[in-house]
Amino acid sequence: MHYALCLALFLVGLYGVMVKRNLIKIVIGLIIMESAVNIFIVMIGYRKDGIAPIMSKVMDPSVFLARSVDPVPQALVLTAIVIGLGVTAMTVAIALRLYEKYGTYDIKEIRNLKG
Amino acid sequence: MQIIPLFVAIPLGAAFFIPMVGRKNPRLSDTLANFTTLALFIMALSVIGKATEVYWMGGWVPRLGIPIGINLVLDGVSIFMLVTITLISFLVTLYSIQYMDKFTSKARFYSLFLLMVAGMNGVALTGDLFNLYVFLEIASISSYALVAFGGQHEELEASFKYLVLGSVASTLILLGIAITYAMTGTLNMAQVSTVIGGNFQPIHLFTIALFIAGFGLKAALVPFHAWLPDAHPSAPAPISAMLSGVLIKTLGVYALARVLLNIFGMTPLTSYMLLILGTISMVVGVLLCMGQDDLKRFLAYSSISQIGYIVLGFGLGTRLGIAAALFHLINHAVFKSLLFLNSGAVEYGTGTRDLNKLGGLKDKMPVTTATSIIGSMSIAGIPPLSGFWSKLFIIIACVQAERYGFAAWAAGVSVLTLAAYLRLLRRTFYGEPGEAQPAAKEVPISMKLSMVALAALCVAMGLLWMPSAQRTFLIPAARVLQEGLTYASSVLGM
Repeated sequence: MHYALCLALFLVGLYGVMVKRNLIKIVIGLIIMESAVNIFIVMIGYRKDGIAPIMSKVMDPSVFLARSVDPVPQALVLTAIVIGLGVTAMTVAIALRLYEKYGTYDIKEIRNLKG
Repeated sequence: MQIIPLFVAIPLGAAFFIPMVGRKNPRLSDTLANFTTLALFIMALSVIGKATEVYWMGGWVPRLGIPIGINLVLDGVSIFMLVTITLISFLVTLYSIQYMDKFTSKARFYSLFLLMVAGMNGVALTGDLFNLYVFLEIASISSYALVAFGGQHEELEASFKYLVLGSVASTLILLGIAITYAMTGTLNMAQVSTVIGGNFQPIHLFTIALFIAGFGLKAALVPFHAWLPDAHPSAPAPISAMLSGVLIKTLGVYALARVLLNIFGMTPLTSYMLLILGTISMVVGVLLCMGQDDLKRFLAYSSISQIGYIVLGFGLGTRLGIAAALFHLINHAVFKSLLFLNSGAVEYGTGTRDLNKLGGLKDKMPVTTATSIIGSMSIAGIPPLSGFWSKLFIIIACVQAERYGFAAWAAGVSVLTLAAYLRLLRRTFYGEPGEAQPAAKEVPISMKLSMVALAALCVAMGLLWMPSAQRTFLIPAARVLQEGLTYASSVLGM
């Protein structure tokens, strides 16, 4: 169920990127796609009633293994968020420069290149 | 002293250092950038022929045979890719010394450029899936910025298009990596491939589809090619050379081959998908390239077609096919960067790259003309230039694998490529002098030097198929990919 919702979110983002004509809406579509993938990564490591993956001296290792959530996806998602931030900043910067040059956010009017 | 991490650390450090010291003094940034890329090239040459080496970052060596840290793997293919990347990046920085003088912030240019080189070296070396994604993004983000470097209407538009499609590709790759982690519980490529162990399940097919779409977008395979003919021509000429010459191969083709062949293992289905994608790219690329009136757009479409050849070779999955594909990969890197540098020289000398305004440049620009002829004939497959040999071996590999239809397509496209390039040469360097011809002038020395070096390599590269060179350079690379799943045991030392 959760995974289906996550996929739906991903598809919403993809729809935004592919169909929308406004530069800013395309950027938002990209952000939604990224978030969907990030949520997916976090869900991989999820465990119901899990504990934080911090090992203390008094804890029994086998109990720790049985109960803690997987820390790797959390580390991954932090990196992925930072990378996503960089890409978003770059996209927004270029979108703003395009607006300065063309005076519009509509990609139908920004059409010098044939593709 | 470990040499492996230096391939990433040196360009990364230089990328940080150059803008700090080179702001006031452009000559200093030229020197530093050229020195860095030359040092990298020499380092890459020095590791040729070495056996597989693994470097565990931060000293996190595997415990009980289970990897717990990130590793960099220097094996045959990595060495091959490093040599290609560093060779082209050195000649491109040499060319940039004088070409980039017309732009204001050269130090920033070199900084982004070296960041891209660091990313690509990282992609070639890494043995960890998520680390692959990080390096891939480093290289991609700096290439988005470099495409927009001119800051004019077309550059920005091309960069935005490239950025959006590139980010979609990265997201698909990240999703593929996440699913792989969910399936196997590890991100280390060697361990993933041990866990999968060649057992093919339906979920793998979905993951493979995500990887093919993601890396295919990065490699600009048809039908994922829409961004390339805009992005590559809009960048400054040295960057076009770098993007078409090595970026799409490292981020797209190499990464795809690594994931499909070494991690999941080749199956008849994936092999067939690669063959079909390669052939479509080959044919569509050359057909679209024939009608172009812009010099650089022409070359960009031709890149799509040549990438098709490489993917076709990998798709065969035989050792000859993979060796031929790698051979074509390095050849294409050399002659396509040469041709893009030539197009930059034409633009530098005449101020235009519109084929309708060009023509009759052969007396005004003799060096550019001569090197362009060598490059064009090499890409068109005229013996004894390098392009002839690699295409010949791809066709032979097709026949040997009993894929006669694909062999016929490869041969046919090669004829069309020749026709297209003859038209290009006639309309730029021969034929009626165009309106841009009277003011044309030859380019300065550093640009000439790098073009002549690349042209000489076009001739010399055919020698790579000589038995001794083949044994030390090409075959170790092909073996790593062809033996597929034995990659894991060689990395983990089991």
